[in-house]
Order: sequence, then C-alpha cells, then structure tokens
Amino acid sequence: MSASPVVPALRDRPAGRQPAPVSAVPSWLRFFTSELRLVFYRPRNIALLGVLAFIPLAIGVLFKLTVNNAAAGAPPFFNQVAGNGVFLSLAVLVLMLSLFLPLAICVVAGDAVAGEASHGTLRGLLTVPAGRTRLLAVKFSAVVVFALAACILVVGVALLVGVILFPVGQVTLLSGTTVPLADGLFRVLIVALYASVGMAAIGAVALAASTLTVHPVGAIAAALVFVLASEIADAVPQLSAMHPFLVSHFWLSWDGLFRTPVDLSGVEHGLLSFVLYIVIFVAIAWARLTSADITS
Amino acid sequence: MSSPASPEEVAFGRSGSHWDAVPLDDAARRSTSAVGPWTETSGAATASSAYAIASSGLTKQFRSGQLAVDGVDLAVPAGCVYGFLGPNGSGKTTTIRMLLGLITPTSGSHAMLGFPMPGGLADALPRVGSLVEGPAFHPHLSGAENLARLDAADRTADRRTVDERIDAALDRVGLLAAADKHYRAYSLGMKQRLAIATSLLRRRELVILDEPTNGLDPQGTREVRALIRKIAADGTTVFVSSHLLAEVEQVCTHVGVMATGKLVFQGTLEQLRGGQPGRVLIRTPQPELAAKILGGLGLAGVQESGNEVSAELGDMRPEEVCERLVLGGVPVAGLETPRRSLEDEFVHLTGEGFDVG
Repeated sequence: MSASPVVPALRDRPAGRQPAPVSAVPSWLRFFTSELRLVFYRPRNIALLGVLAFIPLAIGVLFKLTVNNAAAGAPPFFNQVAGNGVFLSLAVLVLMLSLFLPLAICVVAGDAVAGEASHGTLRGLLTVPAGRTRLLAVKFSAVVVFALAACILVVGVALLVGVILFPVGQVTLLSGTTVPLADGLFRVLIVALYASVGMAAIGAVALAASTLTVHPVGAIAAALVFVLASEIADAVPQLSAMHPFLVSHFWLSWDGLFRTPVDLSGVEHGLLSFVLYIVIFVAIAWARLTSADITS
Repeated sequence: MSSPASPEEVAFGRSGSHWDAVPLDDAARRSTSAVGPWTETSGAATASSAYAIASSGLTKQFRSGQLAVDGVDLAVPAGCVYGFLGPNGSGKTTTIRMLLGLITPTSGSHAMLGFPMPGGLADALPRVGSLVEGPAFHPHLSGAENLARLDAADRTADRRTVDERIDAALDRVGLLAAADKHYRAYSLGMKQRLAIATSLLRRRELVILDEPTNGLDPQGTREVRALIRKIAADGTTVFVSSHLLAEVEQVCTHVGVMATGKLVFQGTLEQLRGGQPGRVLIRTPQPELAAKILGGLGLAGVQESGNEVSAELGDMRPEEVCERLVLGGVPVAGLETPRRSLEDEFVHLTGEGFDVG
C-alpha cells in the first residue's frame, strides 16, 4: 500500500476541511425551524388553519342569532354561553374535537413522511444526511406544534368571539360555584393544552400511517378512518369494555376541571391514554422509517 | 496496512490531529466511539481510501424476488470521473440507492470515502453530494428555499454561511436569476440543474449523479457535461450514471457497465476501447481481386460487399496491407481501419436493445 498511486482528492485535504463542528442542539433547532416553516407556510395548511379559525366565528354568530332557543338536550357548556361568552370556547372545542381538529391533524401528520416520499424529497433529505431518527423526531415535533397551534387558535378565536358577542364576567362552574374570570380563563387554557396532547396522539397515529405508504392521501384517510372508528366504537354501549382503550375516549374528559373541587381523574386518565398512544405509534413509525427501503 | 498512518490517511479523518479542532464534548464522543467499531474497521477503511467507492458483492433482491443488483464489485478510484453505464432497468439506480444508504443491500458490503457502510453513513454523506433518480423538490418553495431546506437538515452545515453557499451553488449551475422562482415554474433543465446545485452546497469529495442528463435537450446535456468537468477539476470524484454512453464518454476517465444487475465491465475508457480485433476496410472497383489477396495474406474474416472489402487485421499493419494490394494490381480507392465504436462495445456488453421475448 505504501507504493499506492497518489490520490489527489484524498491527499489535498486540509485538516480544517472536516464538516464544521456544529453542536447538536442548534443544528436540531435549525432543522426543526425549517420543518415548521414548511408546515406553516404551506398554502394548504394555511387554508386548514383558516377554516379552523372560521368555524368558531360561525358558531358564535349562530349562537347569538338563536340565543333564546336554549335547548334542553344541548351538549355541555352550550346553554351557559348566553350568560358568559367564555363558555363559547368550551362549546366550540366540544364540537370541533369530534371531527374538524382531528381532520386537520391527520392531514398534516399523514402528509409528513408520505408527502416527502411522494415528492421524492425524502431521498434528498436522507442523503443529506438528515438521519432517519432525527427526521422522525423533527416531523413529530412539528406535528405536536401544529396540534398545539390548531387548538390554541380554535380556543383563542372562540374566546375573542365570545367576548365580543356575549357578556363576560365571573365564571360559574358546572357545580354551581363561581370563580374569577382570570381563574376561568386559566382553566380554558389548560383545556386547550389538554386537547392538543389528545390531538398529538392522533398525530402519532397519522405519522405512523405516513411511514407505511408513499401516498399521503392514503395515510390521511387511514388515520381518519382510525379516528372515526374509535368514535363510533366509543358511542356503542355494548363495547364499553374497550372504551378506555379508544383514542377518542378521553378527548372530552376535562369537564372535571370546571367543578369544585377540581376533579382531575378524567384528565389524568386522558393524558395516560394519549401518552401511550404517542409512545406506541411513534415507535411503530420509527421502526418502519429506520428500516424501510426508500425506493420513491 | 500495518504500517503507520501515512499523511493522507491522517488528513482523511480516521485518526489523529484534525479532531483537535473539534469541541471537547464532540472529541470525547468521537474518541469513545473510536474504541468501538472504528478500531476494527479502520484498517479496512484506510485500505480502501484510494477508492472513493468500493463495494464487494453488493446484491439487492427485492421482496418481489427480482434480483435487481447481483454481486456488484465497484472500484471507483478517488479523483476520477466514473461513468456508470447500463440500459434502463439494469440496476444502476438501485446500486446508487444502496451506496447512499437508502436501500439496505441483501448481501455484500461497501465503503464510501473509506467509511464502511452502513455504520459510516453519517460521516461519509456530508462529504458526498448526490442526485438520485431525477430532481425532487417542494413545488411551492423557490429554488433557493429548497436548497435552504436541505442545508437546514444537514447537522454539519454552518448556518452562518448558508446564504452565500446557496448563491454560489445556484450561480455555478446558472440559476441565480431564478433563485426566487417557485420550483414548479422551473423548466426540466432548470430542475435538473437545481438538483446538481444541491450537491454543490458544500465542498464535496464525491459527487454521485444519477442520470443527470435525463430528459435534457442537447444544450442542457452540454451544460451538464461542462458542470461535471468543473466539479472534477476541483479534485472531486464524480460518479455519473447514464444509459447513454455518448453523453458521458467525453467526460469519463473510468467506466463501469451494468447489464441485468451485473457489472459486466469495469476499467478505464481505454480498456473499454481496447481488446477488440481491428479491421481493415478497402474501397476498390475490383473487390474480388482484393478479397483474394487479403485471403492470401492470411487475414481472417474477409467480407465483400459492393465495392468494399474488409478483413480482420490481426498482426498486420494497414500500410503493409495497402502495399501488397497495390503490388497485386488492386486499384485502392480508399483504405480505413474503422475501430469498433464505444457504442458498439457498449451494446455488445449490454445486449441488443429491448428484450421483448
């Protein structure tokens, strides 16, 4: 080997030409920021968020127009809206957690990997190399941020509309006691955060589906079917044994936050369920993405 | 390779001094990992470091049972321009995907820039620019934004210089004026050039281009060839695949030819040209007489068609043949020694056209 031919490309390599030593955290943040820009500047996702912001407005206006027809069978929080606009945010969240919010999360998370694969940009990212585990971490983090943004947006717009259209004041809890407005708003914020964890669980399911196909529409549809099947099963009393294991079962179990004393059991069970869903489905996505042959 | 590391091996980055520049925690991480797999593999790594790409028995059988790549032993010398040729479907892209770690080989091993795969992917790939199977970018982002996206995914890229590097890369492929145009508005040639620009975002030691001229007009093909020359002039090894020999033969120093998943030839361009029986072709109004004399000279494979006669030259020099013919009374209107073209050799290696059987 000592008489091997001179190889210019390998020989003329100054020691300083090593890949620049960039520490892990800033480089991860840079990739994450780039992913957030991709998600939040994408016209389709902006339209999705626009729809999510419009629905609370529409519901608020509809309430205002029909305020005198309080119905006995209305979902929780609906009949309180006329008395206190703060409750509009909770009423809207109950409505939107059944379909619109999961739909938005499924679209973004289902597209996360399959969309890159269908564009062919996945092979570009992996040959950079972005690192498969690192890519998945960035993708899921962006899904979590989108879930948080979607829930905060819905609750925020609903609060704004509620404040404008309805009287606002001390918040009367479900158990009849009254707390100051700030206390009530704080509880609403907690609910929004709780809902975003629930949506992140759906995001994990959709992300796992996204690693199994190169067709984003397929991944989105599969995740939505999963959500709807869960909601249907949750509505069938004969299946009550499996209810605690359904992804949608605890989405609305935050009403304990609006009682005195505060009942956290629903929220605790919910968080446990969401975290389990996230762990299991992110693990599935990881196992798939780190072993898959990228032929797209 | 039991000898102490030579200067190029040290500079190559396996061991020693350059890590001094790395921050302490990083250096510590490296040195602990050096006790791990690297110590066993470092011998192999330096042994193959004269090769930018070295593979041994690289094989991929897809789940469908299709044997896409069958025991490929690549040896791409560092600093060369390597033309990776073969008809469509001969396994070129699958091989490239395995080299880049996109596909796990069924069997076989390979190393890039001396780093054994797949363990060395994270170390090797930042030094490798690649374009795999056509350009692929986000259509709603501009060319510059797409490059920024890829650079952001690179944990070893320096974010402080990203703008200059993007501009420089776009400038090199002539896309600076279209930097802020949406990718979907790019022409095919521009898309192809943007894909090449990704491999120029940083200084690379190896650039792998899969069919970079696919779908380009002759003008675009020329531009890509000029780019390959420029990249190679910097000392970068270029590995370029094509199904058209003519597109790459002008820039390549080395050639590998794939046919139905196997590497059927590997060597320099001269070696591909050489080793063929030379023929002599004579144009004359008296072909019968010429054929008789050629046969009398002991030349094999005498063929007559119209007023042309040809035969295998063997050891005989063409001027000698000419002299004998003239002395024998043959009016020689023309004499040629047509070399079998590279294209013929290529087709000979890879089979004639489509197998429609």
